[in-house]
Amino acid sequence: MSELTAKQRIVVVGNGMVGHKLIDALSAQDQFEIITFSEESRLAYDRVQLTKFFETGDANTLALTDETQYQQAGVQYQLNARVTGIDRQGKTVQLESGDSLSYDKLVLATGSFPFIPPVPGKDQPHIHPYRTIEDLEAIQDSAQQSKVGVVIGGGLLGLEAANALKTLGLETHVVEFAPRLMAVQLDGGGGALLREKIEALGVRVHTEKNTQNIAPHPDSDAPTRYQLQFADGTTLDTDMLVFSAGIRPQDALARQADLAIGERGGIVIDDHCVTSDPEIYAIGECALWQGRIFGLVAPGYTMAKVAAQHLQGQQDSAFTGADMSTKLKLLGVEVASIGDAHGNSEGSLSYSFTDEATGVYKKLVVDEDGTKLLGAVLVGDSSDYGNWLQLCLNDIPLPQPPEALLFPAAAEGGAAPAMGVDMLPDSAQICSCHDVTKGDLIASIEEGCHDLAELKACTKAGTGCGGCSALVGDVLNSQLAKMGLEVNTDLCEHFGHSRTELYEMVRVKELRTFDAVLRACGKGEHGCEICKPAVGSMLASHWNDHILDPAHLQLQDTNDNFLANMQKDGTYSIVPRVPGGEITPDKLIVLGEIAKEYNLYTKITGGQRIDLFGAQLHQLPPIWQKLVEAGFETGHAYGKALRTVKSCVGSTWCRYGVQDSTGMAIAIEERYRGVRSPHKVKMAVSGCTRECAEAQSKDFGVIATENGWNLYVCGNGGMRPRHADLFATDLDDATLIQYIDRILMFYVHTADRLQRTSVWMENLEGGLAHLQQVVIEDSLGLCAELEAQMAHLVDTYECEWKKTLEDPQKLKRFSHFINSDQPDAAVQFIPERGQIRPAPKTEFSQEQRIDVLEVSS
Amino acid sequence: MSQWIDICPQDDVVPGSGVCAQLGDAQVAVFRTGQDQFYAVGNHDPLGGANVLSRGLIAEVKGTLTVASPLYKHHYCLRTGQCLQDEQVQLPVYPVRVQDGLVQLAC
Repeated sequence: MSELTAKQRIVVVGNGMVGHKLIDALSAQDQFEIITFSEESRLAYDRVQLTKFFETGDANTLALTDETQYQQAGVQYQLNARVTGIDRQGKTVQLESGDSLSYDKLVLATGSFPFIPPVPGKDQPHIHPYRTIEDLEAIQDSAQQSKVGVVIGGGLLGLEAANALKTLGLETHVVEFAPRLMAVQLDGGGGALLREKIEALGVRVHTEKNTQNIAPHPDSDAPTRYQLQFADGTTLDTDMLVFSAGIRPQDALARQADLAIGERGGIVIDDHCVTSDPEIYAIGECALWQGRIFGLVAPGYTMAKVAAQHLQGQQDSAFTGADMSTKLKLLGVEVASIGDAHGNSEGSLSYSFTDEATGVYKKLVVDEDGTKLLGAVLVGDSSDYGNWLQLCLNDIPLPQPPEALLFPAAAEGGAAPAMGVDMLPDSAQICSCHDVTKGDLIASIEEGCHDLAELKACTKAGTGCGGCSALVGDVLNSQLAKMGLEVNTDLCEHFGHSRTELYEMVRVKELRTFDAVLRACGKGEHGCEICKPAVGSMLASHWNDHILDPAHLQLQDTNDNFLANMQKDGTYSIVPRVPGGEITPDKLIVLGEIAKEYNLYTKITGGQRIDLFGAQLHQLPPIWQKLVEAGFETGHAYGKALRTVKSCVGSTWCRYGVQDSTGMAIAIEERYRGVRSPHKVKMAVSGCTRECAEAQSKDFGVIATENGWNLYVCGNGGMRPRHADLFATDLDDATLIQYIDRILMFYVHTADRLQRTSVWMENLEGGLAHLQQVVIEDSLGLCAELEAQMAHLVDTYECEWKKTLEDPQKLKRFSHFINSDQPDAAVQFIPERGQIRPAPKTEFSQEQRIDVLEVSS
Repeated sequence: MSQWIDICPQDDVVPGSGVCAQLGDAQVAVFRTGQDQFYAVGNHDPLGGANVLSRGLIAEVKGTLTVASPLYKHHYCLRTGQCLQDEQVQLPVYPVRVQDGLVQLAC
């Protein structure tokens, strides 16, 4: 590379996933001026997750970047801007607008376009490709005017499109030219099982059909718009069509500039992603490497990385081809294909296994000695994918006999054959979405990432498709063990069990007090500040006795102990429940009068309620007496329990609302109030996709749709923000509540102490898909019990403050001194902005830092 | 010679918890364990800076019986008043006994 005096200008044509990946890698380098052009109206988005658009109705959830991020990174961009020509001699590009722009290096990341076969009738309305968000918007419009939809193409993308049509409520058909679905990835057996499963879901599959004409329906009275006419003389009636018959490289610009092009299209590149012009690169689906186009995102990302390194002068970085193995979930069916799935390699042998009872198909392709895995197909259960892929990619000697891989349960001791992560070389790629190797993971673990959530956050491994999560966990555990840091899941020094194990013991042995739990499962006589509140919470979520009963009193942490939130000066704040944030003027007046009478500092909380600060211990009962008389209940702001259900006004008042979000929020808040959980739980209900209640940042978020409710789970704001995952769509009221019951109770059963749902989800083996199986498909047979337990908690709910006020023995503790009516003389307030605040402590300097041992708020 | 002062009936201190007693100008945190042993230490948490220790949890840390402060969870030994996290910090300790069903502190 030449010596650089000024910034080198890189022009990137195309801002899809791969173009963006390159920009992302280069923008960290100061030596480049980056300019990108996109024909589309938005910056890069996640095309792999395109169908999510139909679930959320919001294109922004797919965004990989936004204008602010590009501006901050100094990346210049033009949207809706088509590059029409390249002048290679002058090193400029021409734009449709007539402008031209010079470049030092040009990168073509123009991607591909959907292939639409030249069938007569293909240009009529309601016939769409499936590629961009605009295509999806058009499909959505057509679907509203249609009852029947056909997808042409039974490949990977075609089945996703079929899922989309089904989600939109259409009678859905898939038409495939080949004899089976996903012909590229699956063999006959796998294809047949996939077809069976998809048909069971109500999608009709038509294979070996060659579409010859798309005619307006010959019968003008027919309920459908078109008739498809096939070569074999059969027909199929439909209102709309989606073409997903493969992709073609978008190489028009390169052709016109006379760059070398493959016989069947594609811009020819070398191992550094350089085209026939050394100043021009091509990456992604437009590029042709050794005669191959790579239609998956992972190889595109690898090309982007190679090109970025080459642009920075690293001559040794090279693209060496890509593994095209895939794992995905199509219409709820798990499908995976590894390497030589068809057994095309010379001398290869195959083993297959079909379980018709549960609908599982597995096939192994091994070399002629039976020592190496060459390929595999999995349908119905793809849990072996991660292990098998590593066996295949790293040429790891197979266990003998190789068919033992198909029957792990039959192998010795019922355990899976030994394929520990220890056998993998450091160069083994664990996460293909983000190209993270085992060595990368180990380096991060050695630098201090000692839990799974942290490791995923700092390496990005497992945050793409999530398929490698279990493997990432295995690498972590193995490495920690090697470092002598075996993961200790003991609750504390008194219990050699994890919270999950202890919860099961409490349940199975029917233990009702801390002393009984300590005697049965622990050691020592007293317990500590870690195990006591944790066990207190388990007992509360299982038996629901009053938390201030004498047997439980000693277990309650700072805030639960007096049913209020202790502040830095030892006074308390009081938060009455305001379900859904809906409050009458009369109740507001009561709160104001109480705050005035007791001179309390008042503040509106983020959860749509009112916090009253500065109450002393002896004031809590009389204040609550007045609150209870006015119809208030405790808000559990002090508890590891449901806090608030935030809501917008929804369809009742809002011009845009589509459901009564406030009503639903109140119903949910009143159902789950008082349920004790491993950590606090926050919820929200939004009345439309504008999401004014910010439901996607909550543990449980509900967003109204035209047809019901979308449920999001395991979001978080706070210290480590996490967007909630979409769990299920278009639920009716009863199903929504049923799913929340099950998920919340499953969380109570299985989470660690003080583990928010967000971290719980990130550590849950199998992640979202596993939770969906447990809750929607009842894969563990737990749902009836989870629901019964929640019903018990709902039925036995009582306001803790109301009960406390009825019991003189419990009230005795609400006094600063046991032997005097005096308040604590050290509690002093000074005025600030018309209210009180704690007086600064004179005996401590402002600089003195307090070493916080544990924050559990 | 110290003098024993009546504080409260024994039953006013729930086993496994604490109460705060006024003893002259001093605030004393009195604890009763689940095994009915009584301990008394100063009620002021010098690290948290508030009079709150009677509202802390009794916690056994590697064999030492302590109170965990409700503010920032520092542990103070119930026998000696020593803070386990900061050897510079120690609470005053008070003699405590139960006589005729009454908790008594010496001053």
